[in-house]
Amino acid sequence: MIQCYHCGDAVSNAVFEADGHSFCCLGCQSVYRILSSNNMQQYYRYNMHPGKKKGNDPTRYEYLDEDAIVEQLIDFRNEEITIVTFYIPVIHCSSCVWLLEHLHKLHPAVVTSRSDFLKKQVNVTFRQDEFSLRGLVELLEGIGYEPKITLQDVVKEGRKFSQKELIAKIAVAGFCFGNSMMLSFPEYFGMGAFEARYAEFFGWMNLAFTLPVLLYSGRDYFRSAWHSLRQQALNLDVPLALGIAALFVRTAWEVLSASGPGFADTLCGLVFFLLVGRWVQQRTYHHISFERDYRSYFPVAVTRLGADGPKPIPLADIEVGDRLLIRNNEIVPADAILLKGEAAIDFSFVTGEADPVRKVLGEIVYAGGRQTGEALELEVVKPVSQSYLTQLWNHEAFKPHERNFRTFSNTVSRYFTGVLLGIAFLALSCWLLHGDTGRAWGAFTAVLIIACPCALALSSPFTLSAALSIFDKHRFYVKNTAAVEQMAAVDCLVFDKTGTISSPSAARMRFEGDLQPDEWEQVVALCSNSNHPLSRELVKFAGGERTPGSFSLSEYREIAGKGIEATVSDRRVRVGSAAFVDACREQPGGSVYVAIDDEVKGCFSVEQPWRPHLREVLAGLAASRQLHLISGDRDQEKERLRRVFPPQADLLFHKTPMEKMTYIRSLQDQGRKVCMLGDGLNDAGALRQADMGIAISDDVNNFSPGCDAILDGASFAKLPRFFRFAKDVMRVIYLSFGISLTYNVIGLTFAVTGMLSPLFAAVLMPISTVTVIGFTTVATHVYASKNQLNNPL
Amino acid sequence: MSVIFFLIGCSVFIALIFLGAFFWANKTGQHDDTHTPAIRMLFDDEVIEEEKRDVQKADVDA
Repeated sequence: MIQCYHCGDAVSNAVFEADGHSFCCLGCQSVYRILSSNNMQQYYRYNMHPGKKKGNDPTRYEYLDEDAIVEQLIDFRNEEITIVTFYIPVIHCSSCVWLLEHLHKLHPAVVTSRSDFLKKQVNVTFRQDEFSLRGLVELLEGIGYEPKITLQDVVKEGRKFSQKELIAKIAVAGFCFGNSMMLSFPEYFGMGAFEARYAEFFGWMNLAFTLPVLLYSGRDYFRSAWHSLRQQALNLDVPLALGIAALFVRTAWEVLSASGPGFADTLCGLVFFLLVGRWVQQRTYHHISFERDYRSYFPVAVTRLGADGPKPIPLADIEVGDRLLIRNNEIVPADAILLKGEAAIDFSFVTGEADPVRKVLGEIVYAGGRQTGEALELEVVKPVSQSYLTQLWNHEAFKPHERNFRTFSNTVSRYFTGVLLGIAFLALSCWLLHGDTGRAWGAFTAVLIIACPCALALSSPFTLSAALSIFDKHRFYVKNTAAVEQMAAVDCLVFDKTGTISSPSAARMRFEGDLQPDEWEQVVALCSNSNHPLSRELVKFAGGERTPGSFSLSEYREIAGKGIEATVSDRRVRVGSAAFVDACREQPGGSVYVAIDDEVKGCFSVEQPWRPHLREVLAGLAASRQLHLISGDRDQEKERLRRVFPPQADLLFHKTPMEKMTYIRSLQDQGRKVCMLGDGLNDAGALRQADMGIAISDDVNNFSPGCDAILDGASFAKLPRFFRFAKDVMRVIYLSFGISLTYNVIGLTFAVTGMLSPLFAAVLMPISTVTVIGFTTVATHVYASKNQLNNPL
Repeated sequence: MSVIFFLIGCSVFIALIFLGAFFWANKTGQHDDTHTPAIRMLFDDEVIEEEKRDVQKADVDA
C-alpha cells in the first residue's frame, strides 16, 4: 500500500504526485508544494507523515479584515508590530513545532513565532504594514494548521488560571523547611551544656523561619477553616489549621521561654507537604475546556447583506431585520426566516436529529443549525441573545450549580475534628484535675499536633490525581479529582443516541439501486476527482473491488453543497443531492444520488454505525448499574437498540433538551446517582443536571458542552473499565485512610501523656506522609493493571 | 566556634538568593512551558540547506 507522503493515509490512485512522492489528495499535495517551494522539506524529516488532512471546505476569513473583530483577537499592537496567539488543535508532533516556529521562512513579515506544544498554541509577532491578520490566518490554513477562532476564546480562558501563587508558596515553605531542618539537627543529635548558646540561637532562627510559613504559605488553611466554621460544616482544613496553630504556639512558647527547641521543622514540613498535595490535585488541561458554552460553538462573525453588498460583522452586532448570508457548512447564528435558497440544515448537534432538516421559504430557521448545501439568505427575527438556542442555554436550570456532593475526606473530617477535639480536651482536663498545669497544656497541644491529619489530607489528592493521569493516558479527561469520586458513586447511566452511542465519524455507506460494473467504474472515476468527504467516502466504499478505469473525463463541474457532474466516456454522470440529479422520489435516509444520462440509478445512504463494542460496553456496565437511553431523534432504530440494551432499560425518543433534563432529575429523585453521557448542545442541560456528566467527542479539541469529563470516542470501549477503576480508586483511599489513622493512634498514645518530644514528631510526620503517598501510588497502579489500564492503547 | 554564626548567616543568605532566583523564574514564566523547549533543541541548524538554496537560486537566475 502506498502512503500519502504528507498525512500517511492510503493513496487510492496515483493522481497526485510531486518530486516522486505520492499524495492522497489535492490538499496534501498543495501543502507539500508550499513547503518545498520555500525549502522547508525538513518538516518531513523529523517525523514520517507529519501532516494532517486538511478540511475540505475552505473557511472564509473576510471578517479578519474588520478592525472591531481583530481588536478582540490580538494580544498586543503598536505602530509596527502585532502579537497574536492562536489555538491550533492539530499540533501533534515535533514537525508541527518546527514548521510553526519557522513561519518567517514562509512570509518575511513574520518576526517571530513560538509554539507551546502542550497548550497547542502559537504566538506570532508580525509587522502589520506588510501582512494582515487575515493573511496570517490564511497562511496557517494553507499549510494545514488552521487556527480555531471562536467567540469564547480558549487562549484567553486558559490564561485566567494560574498556579504561580501556589508554586511561590510551596517554594517559601520548602525553603523554610530545609533550613529549619538543618538548624534542628544539632538538637536531635544532642548538644552539650556548653553549647547552650548555640541552641538558643538555633531556636530563634527556627522561629524566624516559621513566620513566613505561617503567615504566607499556610494562610489559606486558616482562611478556609474559618470559612467552614462559619458555615458550620467542618472540613479537613479545620484540624489542619488547629495543628498548624498548635505547632506554632508551642514552638514560640518554647523558644521564648527557652524551655525547649520547639517544632519548627515539623511545622514547615507539614505545610510544605500539604501544599504539594494541593498542587498535585490542581490538574490543568491546557487544551481542553470543560466550561464551553454556545459561544464557542458559534462563529466569530457572520456575513450581512447590506446596501453595499456582503460584509462580515461581529455576531453581537446582528439586529432584527438584518439579512444574513449563510454558506455551505456555516452555522445559523440567530433565529431567522428563510428568504432564498434550499435549506437542508443539520441540527444533529442541537436536537440530536441525525438527518438534515429541510426548510421551505418563509419558514423560521432556529439558531444553531448548520447549513449543508447552497448558500442561504435569511432575515433575522430575533437577535442572538434572544434566540432559541441562547435562551435554552441561559435557562435557569442550565446554569452551573453546586452539586451537594460530599467527598470522602469531607465526610470523614466532620467526625474527625469532633473526635480530635474531644481527645484533646479530655487530656487537658485529666491533667488539670491531677493539678499538673504545664503537662496539661503540653498534652493538649501535643494531641492537636500529632493528630493533625496530614497523611489523611494527602491520601485523597495523591490517589485521585494518580487516577486522573491514568485516565488521561486513555483519553478520558476528567475535570477534577472530585469527579472521580462521583464516578465511583454512579449507579445509573443515561445515554444519548446520536453521536454518543452512534459514531458520526465512522459513517458507513449503503447503496440501493442498480449499477452495471462499468457504470460503477464511471461513478468512482467521477468521485475521485472531488474532495468532498462524501465523495471520498464513496470512493472508499466502492473502490475496494472497483478501480477507476481509464475513462476520459470532461466537462467536470462541482457545485458546492449540491453535487458533481462530468461526461465520462460519452455518458453524463451526475452524483449529488436528490434535487441535483432530479430524483423524483427521495429515499428515507438517502443522501447521495447517482444519475447516468439523466436516469436515476440509485442512491447511497450514509448510516451512522454504533460505536465499536457497544454491546460489550453495555453488558459490562449493566452488571451493577441501571442503563437508559434518551434521544432527541426519531425512534426508527428502537428495535435495534432494544436488542443491545438490557430489558428493563428505558428507551426514550423525541425528547427535547428540557425533557432530557427533567428525566435525569426524576431518576435522581428516586435516589439514583446518575451519569449522563451525551455529545451535543441538546444534552447540555442533562449533563449539568446529572451527578456526573460525560461528553463524548471524537475530537476532544472541538466543541463539547459543559461537563465533568470528556471521553474520546476511540476509548468508548474502555468505559466499563473506567467505572470499575474509579471504584477501586475509592478502595485505595479507604485503605490509605486506615493507614494514616493507625499512625495517628500510635502518635496519640504518646501525646496524651504530654511527653511528645520534637524528635518523635519530626520523625513520625514524614514517615506517615511517605508511607501513605507510597501506598496510594503503588496501589493505584496495581489496580490500574488489574483493570488493564496500565498501558495505553 | 563563634564562626558558626557567620557561616549560618552566609548559608541563609545564599539560600535566599536562590529563593529569589526561583521567584524571578516563576514570575517571568520560565515554568509555563516545560515541554516545547525539549522538542525545540532537537532542530538542526540549516546552514547547509541555505547554501543549497543559494545554488538553486543561482541556477534559476542563470
